[in-house]
Amino acid sequence: MAELNPLRFRDPKRAEALAAAIGKVCAEIGRDPITLMHVCGSHEQAIARFGLRTALPKNLEVIMGPGCPVCITDLPEVDEGVALALQGVKVCTYGDMLRVPGTSMSLAGAQAQGADVQVVYGPAQAVEIARSTSKEVVFFATGFETTAVTTAAALLAGPPPNFSVLSAHKYIPPAMAAVLGMPGSRIEAFLAAGNAAAITGWAIFEPLAARHRVPIVVAGFEPLDILAAVLEALGQLRDGRAEVANLYPRCVTRDGNEPALRLLHEVFEVQGGWWRGIADIPDGNLRLRGPWKRYDARERFQIDMRSLWDHAPHALAAQCVCGDIMAGKRAPTDCGLYGKACTPETPVGACMVSGEGACRIWMQYGGRPDLAEVG
Amino acid sequence: MMGDRIERKEGAGGKAMRRLIESVFVERLARPVDGIGLAALDDGAALRVGDRHLVITTDSHVVKPIFFAGGDIGRLAVSGTVNDLAMMGCTEPLALTCAVIVEEGFPRADLDRILRSMREAADEAGVPIVTGDTKVMGRGELDGIALNTAGVGFAERPVGDGGLQPGDRILVTGPVGDHGFTILTARQGLSLDGDLRSDAAPLNHLVAAALAAGGTDVVAMKDPTRGGLASALHEMASRSRVGILLREPDVPVREPVRAAAELFGIDPLVAANEGKAVIAVRPGAVERVLAALRAHPLGREAAVVATCIAERPGDVILDTGFGKRLLAEIEGDPMPRIC
Repeated sequence: MAELNPLRFRDPKRAEALAAAIGKVCAEIGRDPITLMHVCGSHEQAIARFGLRTALPKNLEVIMGPGCPVCITDLPEVDEGVALALQGVKVCTYGDMLRVPGTSMSLAGAQAQGADVQVVYGPAQAVEIARSTSKEVVFFATGFETTAVTTAAALLAGPPPNFSVLSAHKYIPPAMAAVLGMPGSRIEAFLAAGNAAAITGWAIFEPLAARHRVPIVVAGFEPLDILAAVLEALGQLRDGRAEVANLYPRCVTRDGNEPALRLLHEVFEVQGGWWRGIADIPDGNLRLRGPWKRYDARERFQIDMRSLWDHAPHALAAQCVCGDIMAGKRAPTDCGLYGKACTPETPVGACMVSGEGACRIWMQYGGRPDLAEVG
Repeated sequence: MMGDRIERKEGAGGKAMRRLIESVFVERLARPVDGIGLAALDDGAALRVGDRHLVITTDSHVVKPIFFAGGDIGRLAVSGTVNDLAMMGCTEPLALTCAVIVEEGFPRADLDRILRSMREAADEAGVPIVTGDTKVMGRGELDGIALNTAGVGFAERPVGDGGLQPGDRILVTGPVGDHGFTILTARQGLSLDGDLRSDAAPLNHLVAAALAAGGTDVVAMKDPTRGGLASALHEMASRSRVGILLREPDVPVREPVRAAAELFGIDPLVAANEGKAVIAVRPGAVERVLAALRAHPLGREAAVVATCIAERPGDVILDTGFGKRLLAEIEGDPMPRIC
């Protein structure tokens, strides 16, 4: 068997050359700061894991946008899940969702009160659970278009009648437009998430790039992928171009994964809705459509959330700036709670709960990226 | 922020465990001693007796599964205790003890296999097992078997965890993460390509070689068990109030461990080792100690991985080869019941 080196996208020598080129282009652009936004927890993971920010020039900031589906799941959506669980329905969801705070309680809180909440790896497992019980089983579905495809596939495979879906799935392209249009937005270019683009294809970003005159570069998740994408975005900025570039061609095509897209659009339709802490995003939510509404937990159950709203929210939660962090207006270290009252063990905000949240990721990789001059 | 019940993470070798030990055990039990006592939170104690130090340590083992590639709970217990003594500078242990708590219904053949394995590991270390204790618990009152071993011996010069200065270099005696990922994959019922084996082994002869080569230039030693290399370095950095700059590309990691680490999303730097030592030496002695380690069968892949710096005292900084970041200290082990 030929020697396959899975780590060839982790070559420090090439990274050094890319970082030098990035430094040169940033100097040519000359502004301070130049701001790029990525919209994916996995990009933040790679950037923080490899300490990439310490290799970038001082006048370049790479910030994380609304790239954590758990984090942008809105309070009322969490409340719906909690209320269903307290009503005696079995709620299955991803592990990250368990501790995301709702208005007065998280799903873990409901579980502690005796509600039936189970962590699953995906919708298929939730369907299996539904088959093994006569109880109503609701899959509380979160995630972007990538994950929504797996929910669609589970529904198309014909789940049992006691199975339903509480969809909090989100659709990322409209959110990119929304954060660009926010007052005071500093975003000059986007790195688009390679995994989501593998489903949607890269052409979907063309209208956004043209309308807002922003470069959009589809990027993979290894350090060299990210550095190459940053360099491409900067080159476009320097030259005054605003195009969609695909720097993840080993996974992403122009038109994406057509069978997956068919599943997605057959089962889901886009709807406007609030993303936690950010804005009302037109077309930002994926909801079950047409005949699939018979599996919609919102149609099947009377979800009574009033009792959850009688309680005042946790006092600390009022100080949480998750929304600003996800909109790219502030960094985790700008929050007074970060690393003190809010830690991975005792999270206050969703960004500290989820493995894709900026705060959690920063804590995981040491807290603050200010080490360029050390050693 | 502590609840009124002990949590699992408080036994996992990370920050939570250190808080528990400091707030309960040290608080309640520690008294001043002539030498290194409980309050020092070292691998063991070293008490002055004449012009030498008597080194004592004790270790309990609850690993699951009991038998795994490269060893079993018996080999683990003996290696762990011998290694704790060695890290204190005692490389010729006088004796070990063996206490066994076993669950009713435990297979007699398994117990026999465990004890044979203990004998074998003790022979490798050159130490007799001289006394013991046996308890049998009712069914369900214990998960199979738990072992406790204590060890004693003399050290001419006890070596602590502190004492590092800027400029000192830090070595590991071989690839990291073998034990942790062997247990984890065994427990998940995964079989990965490549030879994933626990490194459980008594290190006293290897450490003796390093001490003979480095003498008083060997300033600190630690065995990176639970919490892995990361926890060992954090303890060294915080005890000595130095910064430690770790070069990730220089840390030896076997391919199967690297693959398992990617699969589980767990950093090899936080995975347990049961046959490795982390040794800090003055800059002038680095080459001598490295050569002595590499000349020993258990140290062939030894490497210099880190440098002590004056900046950021108490922090461990990871140079990934792409950039730098702080290496966070784990709160609890992502792999419970690893040893």
